[in-house]
Amino acid sequence: MIKINNLQARVEDKEILKGINLEINPGEIHAIMGPNGSGKSTLSSVIAGREDYEVTGGSIDFEGEDLLDLDPEERAHKGIFLSFQYPVEIPGVSVSNFIKTAINESRKGRGEEPMEAREMLAKMREKTALLEMDKSYLSRSLNEGFSGGEKKRNEIFQMAMLEPKLAILDETDSGLDIDALRIVAGGVNKLRTADNAVVVITHYQRLLDYIKPDFVHVLYNGRIVKSGGPELAHELEEKGYDWIKAENA
Amino acid sequence: MSDEILDEITATDYKYGFTTDIESDTVPPGLNEDVIRLISEKKNEPQWMLDWRLDAYKTWLEMEEPEWSNVTYTKPDFQAVSYYSAPKQKKELGSLDEVDPELLRTFERLGISLDEQKLLSGVAMDVVVDSVSVATTFKKTLAEKGIIFCSMSEAIQEHPELVRKHLGTVVPKRDNFYAALNSAVFTDGSFCYIPKGVRCPMELSTYFRINEANTGQFERTLVIADEGSYVSYLEGCTAPSRDENQLHAAVVELVAMDDAEIKYSTVQNWYPGDAEGKGGVFNFVTKRGICERNAKISWTQVETGSAVTWKYPSCILKGDNSIGEFYSVAVTNKYQQADTGTKMIHLGKNTKSTIISKGISAGKSHNSYRGLVRVGARAENARNFSQCDSLLMGDQCGAHTFPYIEAQHPTAQIEHEATTSKIGEDQIFYCNQRGIGTEEAIALIVNGYCKDVLNQLPMEFAVEAQKLLEISLEGSVG
Repeated sequence: MIKINNLQARVEDKEILKGINLEINPGEIHAIMGPNGSGKSTLSSVIAGREDYEVTGGSIDFEGEDLLDLDPEERAHKGIFLSFQYPVEIPGVSVSNFIKTAINESRKGRGEEPMEAREMLAKMREKTALLEMDKSYLSRSLNEGFSGGEKKRNEIFQMAMLEPKLAILDETDSGLDIDALRIVAGGVNKLRTADNAVVVITHYQRLLDYIKPDFVHVLYNGRIVKSGGPELAHELEEKGYDWIKAENA
Repeated sequence: MSDEILDEITATDYKYGFTTDIESDTVPPGLNEDVIRLISEKKNEPQWMLDWRLDAYKTWLEMEEPEWSNVTYTKPDFQAVSYYSAPKQKKELGSLDEVDPELLRTFERLGISLDEQKLLSGVAMDVVVDSVSVATTFKKTLAEKGIIFCSMSEAIQEHPELVRKHLGTVVPKRDNFYAALNSAVFTDGSFCYIPKGVRCPMELSTYFRINEANTGQFERTLVIADEGSYVSYLEGCTAPSRDENQLHAAVVELVAMDDAEIKYSTVQNWYPGDAEGKGGVFNFVTKRGICERNAKISWTQVETGSAVTWKYPSCILKGDNSIGEFYSVAVTNKYQQADTGTKMIHLGKNTKSTIISKGISAGKSHNSYRGLVRVGARAENARNFSQCDSLLMGDQCGAHTFPYIEAQHPTAQIEHEATTSKIGEDQIFYCNQRGIGTEEAIALIVNGYCKDVLNQLPMEFAVEAQKLLEISLEGSVG
């Protein structure tokens, strides 16, 4: 689905990604772990197409297309979704209006007709239920006055509505209490199919108890320094990141 | 946001910049008593109306153009303006078929075809093109309820007692420089009277359009809501592209008698000038309403056009328990300058006013809110809430707030809140990531920001206003 090859990127003069290699296939769940400042969020931003980051080398191939050529919204139309670590507030724009615009703009981008109002409503109802959200969410201003947990749940709600091929969850567990974590993770699991893939970016093993990864990668100092199965996450939980740092010093 | 995107977004050409080729009957430029006599004569006016105009003219001659507003412009040469221009329409028109097809095409291009209006929206239209009303609809339905909705010229002929009684009572001839000028030379406008206890069954709507090169427009509008009546009045404006500055100095007077309610909504989209700030309409408007006991006046405006805007729709809360509201969105782009706001004059007891002002500045424009809340010595328990927000796009524009508060009664409660924000790169990227392009994202964010004001507009007008906001800020992105 996506092939990242020797990806290098910097912000201003600071080099952050120093050659990332990663391949993700449909149906897989990958976890990317690593200490603060290792480049995890930069990687997700570069995949999503944030302009602040300058790609200085390497490539990202998404279903046979060079992703780096596309604008952020075009990447979204192709099925890339980023659950933000810090979702922004848009005052006066309701959750339902926002998601309706997002869905229909994406459909337009793919040359499809707008979704029928009835279908849209039914889908919103289904997905709010899936994430155990009250219907009143839909009429609230996007993320305005939302608690940390509500914001994250709202991200996953949007993911459920947009049905992306590749979803990147950037620290979705931060700010969630244990019940919210279970609901959000449960939602992600239910949305899983053989055709889509999920990348979970996290510091902690905690989330991975609920969303079970097929592969775990350790990002350190702009490179993936270790890859393995789910057991790697447990090892990190036990030993911390110091041994990784020591190995790569 | 990168400068490139901003430049592109803020560089939309004026979509309605075209002129209609209609034969016009225009007097030569210049202003003196003879011109005023000519205007009055062409309109078959009674002597009292001519005297009123001449008196206003004499007052105007003694007045000076105000300079206190936060706008800079070359003062118009009042002797270079033509004060009368009427499309040559020989006879009275009974149906649309008789209207100049060229004119109809203009309305179609503006998306406000009379046909559509007549058939679909249930909106009665008193269409004003260059000062003279050329078509009036729905009159019969209104007449059944005793509602008078016609051009000011017609009202002067048909309902002189009402006009004479109320004209100039809310905005006196000598109120200010532009009001005095308007009083002297106004050529037409709309008149509306709602009888006692009648709820006007439809939104009354007038579209103004400046159409003749270098013709000043001096509209005069008078809305009278008799005791216990209700009316919602819509005013929308577009104007063609011009090199010369066009002067517009309208006066709108609203009279809300005991227990009456007037809702007055405006969408204004006059030519703002080109990308270098050349041309564009000068809009110096005096709008004011007076509320008697338990009456309510609500002004809602969406202002996206004009090179220079000077406009303060105000309420005199004379009667006890009366209510004044002002909801405003003012967008400035390129080199536009707007100095707009309201005056809420609390005279009666338990009077209440609300001010919600949303300014949006882009390009190299300047956007000022200027508002006065005055609580008089007898206005026990007066209350005001004001919220003035400014949204900046880019770093070359300016937003200013000038709130004035004068309270002469110890029980007055006056609240003022103000915020200034920018459309964040974060917000745009967030929208982009969800598949929403930058242009649509800005439209979405701006519409959200203006929601409290747009919600006050009647449904079909709100849709139009939203479209206008998008047009005003859109570029060639995507």
